[in-house]
Formats: sequence, structure tokens, C-alpha cells
Amino acid sequence: MQNCRQNNWRKRRFAYAKDFGCGTVLLENKPSPNHSRSLWVALLIGACLMAGIDEIVFHQLLAWHHFYDQSTPAIGLLSDGLLHAAELIGLVAGFFMYADLRRSHSLAPRRAWAGFFMGMGGFQIFDGIVDHKLLRVHQVRYGVDNLFIYDLLWNLGGLILLLIGVWLLVKARSATAPQQANT
Amino acid sequence: MQEHYSAYNSPSFWIPNAILLLVLLLYLMAVVRQYQQGKSWSGWRTAGFCSGIALLILALWPPLMHYGHQNLEGHMIQHLLIGMLAPLGLVLAAPLTLVLRTLNPPTGRRLTAVLGSRPFHYVSHPLTALLLNIGGMYLLYLTPLYGAIQHHPYLHWVLHLHFLLAGYLFVWAIAGPDPAPRRPGLQLRSIVLFISAGAHAYLSKAMYAYEFPRNTHHSLEEIQAAAKLMYYGGDLAELLLAVAFFYTWYKAKERRSKTIQTAGVSVPQIFTGYTAK
Repeated sequence: MQNCRQNNWRKRRFAYAKDFGCGTVLLENKPSPNHSRSLWVALLIGACLMAGIDEIVFHQLLAWHHFYDQSTPAIGLLSDGLLHAAELIGLVAGFFMYADLRRSHSLAPRRAWAGFFMGMGGFQIFDGIVDHKLLRVHQVRYGVDNLFIYDLLWNLGGLILLLIGVWLLVKARSATAPQQANT
Repeated sequence: MQEHYSAYNSPSFWIPNAILLLVLLLYLMAVVRQYQQGKSWSGWRTAGFCSGIALLILALWPPLMHYGHQNLEGHMIQHLLIGMLAPLGLVLAAPLTLVLRTLNPPTGRRLTAVLGSRPFHYVSHPLTALLLNIGGMYLLYLTPLYGAIQHHPYLHWVLHLHFLLAGYLFVWAIAGPDPAPRRPGLQLRSIVLFISAGAHAYLSKAMYAYEFPRNTHHSLEEIQAAAKLMYYGGDLAELLLAVAFFYTWYKAKERRSKTIQTAGVSVPQIFTGYTAK
């Protein structure tokens, strides 16, 4: 019997087979979820969505971040431009790939949620450490004495989201493990 | 000098508008002919072409022209309409497909030969389009070119035409629905789209930070407001272009999986095969 968890869907065509005694009947592929793709697509959406939330909430609504703060080096501006392009295109790409997973009935919702939280948390930490501190694109908030507290809370928030994602992934893995043993 | 732009009866107002309306009329006539011949033509495409033309007419509306020549923010609004939003509507309306369907077969074949030719492939390559579109913007705003154009009214028209043609070529190269036998693959086009969006965002931030274009009569506040408009307006246009691009990917994947299903072995839903022991 073929492996039920092969990722290539064309190979999965006759994956669902049953022996009725008189011979093996091959059944149409029971739409088996594509675990790793579900995780990565949702991770992409999560990271890009977090970047969008950052843009809208902190840049536009709270106006904590600056469009340009007179201290960002040229390389920071360039990386900011490329990252901005990546998040914009990534969000659209992510949603279309998600729609494609739904269409082909291969979405694994638990993995997707895990990936979504991991993406959100991962981007928040990346933004807090690489963008704010290393490239100095901008700071969390200007004109405050205790910037360290803001940085700490920012990265802690990211870490919590990331840990939620990891916890969901561990749960999702343990939920699919017994199924694997049966097939 | 400014009178020249804002008068409704001046040739610089009615000539471009007359051309635009003529093009729209030709498109609509071709669509009507499709319906008369019993062929289908998507209403979305027709709507896209109408909105593209409407955006161009709006961009050439005399008060906006006047504002665009006085103020850098106005110039950015025009640039956004002519170079980014209008081409999106026009390209997605697939005018070339409509032309090919309307022309008689020999002329159509000659046109297809041109579309499949090597020179056309180089000109319409996403990288060429990127260079013309974004490269042109870098040249315009970071060099004294912008200041020079302000003193020559006819160069303004050349500039608007360049924005339109380069914008159209870029959108066509990335997400054009028209047939192009040598169109590069989705991977290269997605990379070009990413570079374009990144270069546009960087240019607008650099203009904000380092006060480009220089040696003009615009104040710093005006340049910064224009750069912000360019950044967020560019976002909107790139977002729409990305949606158009990934939609083609989504549709292409659907077509591929359909052909596999119909050409493949398994047609019934449940029972698909039987192998004797």
C-alpha cells in the first residue's frame, strides 16, 4: 500500500485503497491535508499581516513610529523598502495560496493556525530586533525616556505569539500521529 | 503660461481627450461586434477599459493639470493616475485580444508574428519594462531632469506619455491577459514585481529623506507630502497589480488541474480502479 502522506497530489491519486477480499479496490484520493504547505502558507500570511498591523496601528493610528526619523542610514531605508514590498506581495500571494489549498481540499487547519501564530510572532521579533535595533529603521516610540521598556514589551509580545504557534504545532503533530500509525 | 493648461478650448485639452474617447469608442465597437457574432466578452474587461480611460481623462482634467504643474503633490496624483492605476484597467481589459479577434485572419497572423518575434520579446520583457518604468522615475526625480521639464511645456506631454506607455508595458509584462508566446514564467515575473515595489518604496522614502527633486520651487513640506503620497499611492497600485498577477496564477493552476482530471484515469468520484488479486 502506498504511503498516505505523500505530498505530491498526483501521486496521491490512488492513495486510499481497500482490500475487500476479492481484490484491492482503489478509491479516489480521500483529500488528505498537505501539512507542511498549510503551515508555510499560514506562516507567510501571519508574518505579512503582522507587518500590515504594524504599518496601520503604529505608523498611522498611534503615530508612534516615524515615516523617516533623520537617523535611519541609507541601507536601513533600502531594506525597509524591500521588506515593505515583500510584505505587500507576500500577503496577496499567501491569500491566493490559501485559497488554492481550500480549493484542492488539502488545507490542514491546525497546522495553518500554528503557522499563522508563528509567522505573527516571528515577524514581531524580527521587526523588534533587526529593524528597530540593528538597522535602526525607526524606534517603537519617540520622545520617551524608557524606550527599553517599550522594546522589551514589543519583543515579549512577539515571543508569546511565537510560543503559542509552537504549542499549537506540537498539539497538531500529536493529533495526527495516531492516524499515521493506523494507515 | 499656466493659462495654456487650464483652458478647456485649448488644443492641449481637447486633442488628448479626443484621442482617448476615440480609442474607447473603437474598443466598445469591437465589443459590440463580438456580441453580434455570438461570441462572449467579459463585462469586467469592458468595465476595466472604461475605468482606465476615465482615470486618464480625470488626470488630464484642466484644474488637476494646473494643480499638477504648480504643486508636487498634484504632480504625484497625476503620475499615480496615468502611470499606475489607468494602465491596470486598460491592460486587464485585454485590448490586444480584442484586436486579434476583430481583425481579419491574415492581418491577425501578421500581428501574432510580431508578438512572437524576438525584438518584441526583448522590448516587452518584464526587466525592460521595469527599467523603463522605475528607472525612468529614478532618472526624473533624482537628476535635474524634473527641474528642466518645468520650463518646457511640451516636455510635460512627453513625460505624461512616457508614464502611460511605461506603466502600460510594465503591467502588461507582469499580469497581461493578452497572448504572448514568449512571456517569461511566473517566478521571474514575481521577482520583478517584488523589485519594482521595493524600488518604488525606496525612491519615495529617499525623496522624503533627502529632499528630491532638488533645485525646484517646491518647499520641503510639499516634497515630503508628495513623497508620502507616492509611497502609499504606490502601495495601492502595487497591491492591485499583485492581486491581478496572483489571480492569473490561481486560474492557471485551476486549468492545469482540470486538464489532468479530464485526461487522467480517474473520473468517477468514489470508485476509481480495480486490480484483481
